[in-house]
Amino acid sequence: MSNHLPEPEELARIHLDMSASGWMDTPAVLREGMYCHGVQGKNIEAVGMPNPRDWRVEDDDWQLPEDWHHIVMEGLKERLHRFRSLQIFMDICVRCGACADKCHFFIGSGDPKNMPVLRAELLRSVYRYDFTRAGRIMGKMVGARKLTKAVIREWWYYFFQCSECRRCSLFCPYGIDTAEITILGRELLNLLGLNIDWIGAAVAKCHHVGNHIGMEPQTFKESILFLCDDIQEITGIKIDPSFNRKGAEILFVTSSGDFYADPGIFTCMGYLMLFHQLGLDYTWSTYAAEGGNFGLFTSHEVAKLLNAKMYAEAERLGVKFILGGECGHMWRVIHQYMGTLNGPAGFLETPVSPITGTRFDHAASTKAVHICEFTSDLVHENKINLDPSRNDHLRVTFHDSCNVARGMGLLEEPRYLINKACNHFYEMPEETIRERTFCCGSGAGLHAGEDMELRMRGGYPRANAVRNVRELHDVNTLACICAIDRAAFPALMDYWVPDVRVTGVHELLGNALIMDGECERTVDLRGEELPTGPAKQSAEDVSLRNAVDIPEGA
Amino acid sequence: MAIVYALILVLGLVLFAWVGIQGLGMTYLFGVVFPYTAMVIFFLGVLARLLKWSRIPNPFSIPTTGGQQRSLHWIKPAGMDNPFTRGQSLLRLLSEVFLFRSLFRNLSLRLADQKPQLTFSSAKWLWLFAIFFHYALFVTLFRHLRFFTNPVPWPVNMAETLDGWLEVGIPQILVSGLILLLAVTLLLARRLLIPKLRYISLLNDYFPLFLLIGIAGTGALMRYVLGIDANSAKQLAMGLISFKPVVPEGTGPLFFVHLFLVCILLAYFPFSKLMHAGGIFFSPTRTMPNNSRAVYHQNPWNYPVNFHTYRSYENEFHDKMVEAGIPLDETAPPLNGKD
Repeated sequence: MSNHLPEPEELARIHLDMSASGWMDTPAVLREGMYCHGVQGKNIEAVGMPNPRDWRVEDDDWQLPEDWHHIVMEGLKERLHRFRSLQIFMDICVRCGACADKCHFFIGSGDPKNMPVLRAELLRSVYRYDFTRAGRIMGKMVGARKLTKAVIREWWYYFFQCSECRRCSLFCPYGIDTAEITILGRELLNLLGLNIDWIGAAVAKCHHVGNHIGMEPQTFKESILFLCDDIQEITGIKIDPSFNRKGAEILFVTSSGDFYADPGIFTCMGYLMLFHQLGLDYTWSTYAAEGGNFGLFTSHEVAKLLNAKMYAEAERLGVKFILGGECGHMWRVIHQYMGTLNGPAGFLETPVSPITGTRFDHAASTKAVHICEFTSDLVHENKINLDPSRNDHLRVTFHDSCNVARGMGLLEEPRYLINKACNHFYEMPEETIRERTFCCGSGAGLHAGEDMELRMRGGYPRANAVRNVRELHDVNTLACICAIDRAAFPALMDYWVPDVRVTGVHELLGNALIMDGECERTVDLRGEELPTGPAKQSAEDVSLRNAVDIPEGA
Repeated sequence: MAIVYALILVLGLVLFAWVGIQGLGMTYLFGVVFPYTAMVIFFLGVLARLLKWSRIPNPFSIPTTGGQQRSLHWIKPAGMDNPFTRGQSLLRLLSEVFLFRSLFRNLSLRLADQKPQLTFSSAKWLWLFAIFFHYALFVTLFRHLRFFTNPVPWPVNMAETLDGWLEVGIPQILVSGLILLLAVTLLLARRLLIPKLRYISLLNDYFPLFLLIGIAGTGALMRYVLGIDANSAKQLAMGLISFKPVVPEGTGPLFFVHLFLVCILLAYFPFSKLMHAGGIFFSPTRTMPNNSRAVYHQNPWNYPVNFHTYRSYENEFHDKMVEAGIPLDETAPPLNGKD
């Protein structure tokens, strides 16, 4: 963790004033705590990307390759021809300012260059200078500037202070998407070997071993079995999941956050219990173990490289379709990219729930179903029994993960599940949820330790909304459907809103799930004692809540 | 500084036209040559830009979703904000073009003074100014068709009648022109008064605003203050449109200044941010349907990558997998002589 993390009171004193000098005349100062370590050469080499070397952010010389200017210019030119998004977004911004205060990093840091419009101008200014005549002739006056090494530093600093959450894109009248700018900006930086190590290392491990944390096959299996032991202790039921099993109907993939670290593992226990109760014919894969894709935070090519394993493994194992766990950017990739990158997946079938018979036609091409869609269908068709009173010690709010909210639209399914699994659910202020949700502050590969100040600043708007429901409704649990959220939120909550725990939706479901042959549960999936006493009060709560939901005259 | 340069630039253009007409009498240049040149630049420039954009592929399906997706039949999808079909995407696009849907969502952020607290509230001013500006501009342009048509079609006459609903002043006050002037002024005031906006604004932002103020201002001056021989203006316009250009007497220098500024705007349009008018139709986050899991989207430049295959994975972890009881690929050759 950064040594210089200020106290929350100090951090919250945000000044959104602009500096007196124009942004082009204000050199970027790379402040410790606000950036991650530079990528190590071996992690670049591991995936065959160019210009591997060890370099330090703090050094004056980043050891750029000799022809760095040419590399970036050619790279930019190529991308302008390949991505309509980039060309359009370079050309049509009118600087209306609607996006300015929509960015959590700007709100939390007050740094003008974190306004989405300026983040794009960092790149647009170079585009203007080298690709438009007016820019070349009139220069700074029309927002054009030469590409220099200082600009490269500035790009690096600010493209790794964007979590590609797309909130600005929702509010932009033309849909200009800073995630596209950042993704392509990072691609350009990666041409020079300028990734951050938190991403680079995860990419290298995922490519080589099969998951971001470098868990080898036997360890992966052990981790899952370890969770099964815990489940047996809590429920008395022995679960025996399969690995790399050919002929299974479903390949289940989730992100590594779910099988190696608290609190993700409790969500993973929820999956295991649900699948066991259903008698689902599914398998885990040690080879395509990782649902997350840090390639997306590196370049489209690396995203494809890592994602390719998922279909390859589905084909090898001969499954019918892929079921995906709770993860944000994993689902951005599956939903918006996977079919295009590595499809079409003719070897799979249109997903049909083996339990309910529901055909998931909306996934007819990609053949991948989100676990929340799958489980919502089960609950709706009354295929599982839930006892929400087992979650009565939890007063829950729900964080919409950026990627599934604004890159997919998975909004109701998790809410439906939470409402069925819990008696106490409270929404955060409406400007901060659903499509308008605020990022956890650590997305797009920024949830490292050394950039803790950045994370606490970026997560401030979200934390502020959690504090709001904590004060109003005594909320003590923040539910989410994203592994990066689960990895990032505990620190954020500790810092801004202490005593709020972080949970996945399927952890809540696992708690509430009534399993055949289970013993009486005395503890929840975390081993904490379940609320005792009659569940009468909570039942009243539910009926009250339902009564309110019924429209007048109905 | 940018704002000063923009102002000087527009004033310079006004002066240039004034001197050209009053001092040098170059009415043919300003009345015929410049308008034709500007029109050619405008049409060819816009066409070239649109063609350029249309030739660049959308490699990925990346709509920004603003509501519930279509998934299970009993969950109501947000058709327009999260379109699944092409029809729904079109509806979404039209709502952006005609109603400025996204801008309508705008929120403003408030930082509490005493304690660390953020609150958000609806902020519709930008939306309102923008709607006023664009619709007023549209009505004003539409009304100007009366200069280019003979006989004047009834919708144009009706627009003018409706536009004069205030029924005050001689000549009657046309609301659209005044709203246009007011809205442009408000948009400019926004840029000047809000520090964030002042910080991001460039010459490219101020110049078209001053230009529009110049155009609307000279228009209003002609109509309400100094007066103009509308018949001469129409003669010139009809001459231009029928490719039999004539420069009638009696239009006065103000008319030429007005016309010249319009020419500058037209010629500037294709190379500026004003192309957002066409760009919105190409913006992938707003035009693409969110059906990428249901319908295969092809990337025309997709290329194969050398991903880490299962075979080489099994090669490397063979022994560990055997030991852990993880099944191996039957088709893989025996490894390390241990099997």
